[in-house]
Amino acid sequence: MNAERITEKLNILADAAKYDVSCASSGSKRKNDNKGLGNASNGICHSYTEDGRCVSLLKILLTNHCIFDCAYCVSRKNNDIKRAAFTVQEVVDLTINFYRRNYIEGLFLSSGIFKDADYTMERLVRVAKKLRIENNFNGYIHLKSIPGASDELMREAGLYADRLSVNLEMPTEAGLKLLAPEKNRQDMINPMNFLKNEIILRTEEKKLFKRAPLFAPAGQSTQVIIGATPESDQQVLQSASYFYKSFNLKRVYYSGYVPVLADKRLPDLNTSVPLVRENRLYQADWLMRFYGFHVNEIVNNQNPLLDLDIDPKLSWAIRNMQAFPVDINKADVQMILRVPGIGLLSAQKIVSARKFAKLSWEQLKKIGVALNRARYFIVCKSNEFERRDLTGNNIKQFILAESQSKYNKNTQTQLNLF
Amino acid sequence: MYTLVYDGTFEGLLTAVFEIYDRKLFHVKLIKGEWRTSAMFEEVLQVITDEHRANRVLKGLRKKLSAAGIQRLYIAHMAEMENEESAIVGFIRYVFDTDVNVEEDYGNKYVMRLSEILKMVRREKHRMEAFIRFQKLKDETYYAAIEPDFNVLPLIIRHFKNRYTDQKWIIYDIKRRYGIHYDLHDTQYITLDFSEVNKPADVISAFTEDEKIYQQLWKSYFTSVNIVARKNTRLHLRHIPKRYWRHLTEKI
Repeated sequence: MNAERITEKLNILADAAKYDVSCASSGSKRKNDNKGLGNASNGICHSYTEDGRCVSLLKILLTNHCIFDCAYCVSRKNNDIKRAAFTVQEVVDLTINFYRRNYIEGLFLSSGIFKDADYTMERLVRVAKKLRIENNFNGYIHLKSIPGASDELMREAGLYADRLSVNLEMPTEAGLKLLAPEKNRQDMINPMNFLKNEIILRTEEKKLFKRAPLFAPAGQSTQVIIGATPESDQQVLQSASYFYKSFNLKRVYYSGYVPVLADKRLPDLNTSVPLVRENRLYQADWLMRFYGFHVNEIVNNQNPLLDLDIDPKLSWAIRNMQAFPVDINKADVQMILRVPGIGLLSAQKIVSARKFAKLSWEQLKKIGVALNRARYFIVCKSNEFERRDLTGNNIKQFILAESQSKYNKNTQTQLNLF
Repeated sequence: MYTLVYDGTFEGLLTAVFEIYDRKLFHVKLIKGEWRTSAMFEEVLQVITDEHRANRVLKGLRKKLSAAGIQRLYIAHMAEMENEESAIVGFIRYVFDTDVNVEEDYGNKYVMRLSEILKMVRREKHRMEAFIRFQKLKDETYYAAIEPDFNVLPLIIRHFKNRYTDQKWIIYDIKRRYGIHYDLHDTQYITLDFSEVNKPADVISAFTEDEKIYQQLWKSYFTSVNIVARKNTRLHLRHIPKRYWRHLTEKI
C-alpha cells in the first residue's frame, strides 16, 4: 500500500464529504451471525470533531470529480481544486481496518458524479457488495443514492446497504432551480419512491419468511441545506413533514450552509454559519417526530420563522397559554410532553412515579425536569403556581434573564430590561 | 449505629442484607474492606459471605422485582462506586418493605439514587464501547488499554465479543490491573506483567507494520472532517472529556 498516496486521497475525499451531515449509525438490525466482522444496530459515536459533531462512520466520497456545477458544492465542476478518486479496493481496506480498530461503526459513501448516474451508482454498490460478500462485513453501510440511478441498481444497493439517502439539497424546487439548474427534483424523488415501495414489500416478505434477506433495514433519509436560499422555516419544515409522510423517511437532516464559494446567487463568503437556526430546526423536527406536534403548530402563516432566542416548544407554549397549567399528577402523557422543560425520559418517569404518590417540585427536579422553564406551566403536589398572572411575554423575559448558558449567548445584543 | 464490613462482592452485599434483617439492625452503614478485629469498635460487624444466605435474599428480591430490576441492581453494585452501598441497601429495604413492585417509583430517594448511579455507569459503559482503540500486535491480536472511572469492563465483554468474532483481542484496564482476552472462541480474565516492557521501543516493535499507517490515516481523517467555521470547543470537550484522551489515537 502506498501510504502517502492513500493519505492524500483520504484528505481530499474526507474533506469534500464533511458537509454531508448524516452520521447516524443506528436503526439497523444486522447481526454478526456469519462469524464475520462487526454488527450494526446500536449506533455508537466513536469520536467528535473539534466543532462538536459526532464521528461514527468513515464518511468519504468515492470521487470528487463531478460533471455537475451546483453553486453550493465544493466539488462543482468549475471549482479549481485537487481531484482524486478511490478504487473500490481502497475504500474496502480503509473501512475494514478502521473498523477492526474500533474507530468507526461503518461506512458512509457518497460520490461526485463521474460520468452519469448509473456509472457512479454502480461503483458505490460494488464497494458495499465487496464488503458484505468477500469480507463478511456486518458493520453499518450508508450509501448515497445518486439522483437518476436506475431501479435495478437501487434494488441492489438496498440489499447491501443499511441506509440509503438522496440529498434534496434545497428545501424547495425553486431554490434547487436557482443553485443547481442542471438537477431536477423528480430525479431525486423517483429513487426515493422506488425505495419506499421496495422497503414496504420486503418488510412484508420478511414477516412471512424469516430468512428473507435484509433490505435497507435502517430505511432512508435525506438532507436539505439551510440558509443558502431564502426559504422560511415554515417552508423548510413543511417540506420535511411532507417527505416524512410521503416517503416514510427515517430522518431529515438540516445542514446550515457553510459559505465555501463566491457566487452572486449565494450568501457572502463572510456570512456566518446559521448554527442557532439549524439547532432550532432540529428541535422542531424532534417535536414533530416524538412529541406529537403537527407542523402547523410549530410554524404557520402568523409565525413563519422559528424564534432564535428560545426553543420551539417554549415558543409554542407561550403562544398557547390557554393550554396551561398542566397538572403533572393527572394530565395525559401527551400533554405532559408539551410542557417546556420536560423531555421524553422525564415524561415517562413522571407517569411511572405518580402511580406511587403525588409528585412535588423537589421530586420533579430530581427526575430531571428543567424547572426554570417548566415551573411556569405546571402544578403539582405543592399547590403553588409560578405563573400567577404572568403573560407569555413576561415568562419569556424571566426565562431569558435567568438562564445562563444556553440562551444568553443569543441575547447579548438585546437591551437589559430588568 | 452498626458498621458492617463486607468483601465487595454482590454475594457479600446480599449476605449483609440477610444479616441486617436477621439481627433486626436499623441504623447500619455498609462498607467494603478487609476485616480487622479491634476491641475499640464493638459495633463493627464482619459479614462472612455466604452463598446460601445470599441466595435467599436474591430469591426474595426476584419475587418483588422484574428481571430487569435485578439486573439494574447488579450493575449498580458492579460499578464499585465509593460509599454507595447505603443507597443500594436502602433500595433493597424499600423493596422488601413494600407490597408492590417499586422499581419505577422515581419519587422515592433510593429508587432515584439507584437510577442516577445506573445512568453514570451506563454512560461510561457506552463511552468505553466508543472510545476503545485497538492496536494490532505482531501476533494479530488487537490490544486496547482503558482507564474507566467505574469498573465497567465486565459489562462490555458481550458487546465486543459479538462485534469482533474473527479477530483476537485484549482489553486491559490499567487502573484495576486486569483485562479480558478473546481467543476466537472464548473470553477469559487475564492479568499482564508490564514490568518487562517499559521502554517505548519495546512497545512499538510489538505492533504490526501497518499499525502505524492506519493510526496516521485515522488521525488525518479526524483532521479532515473538522469544519473550522463551526468550531465549538466547549461542545467538543463535553463529548470527549480530557481524561479519555491519552488512549484515543486521534487525540495523542
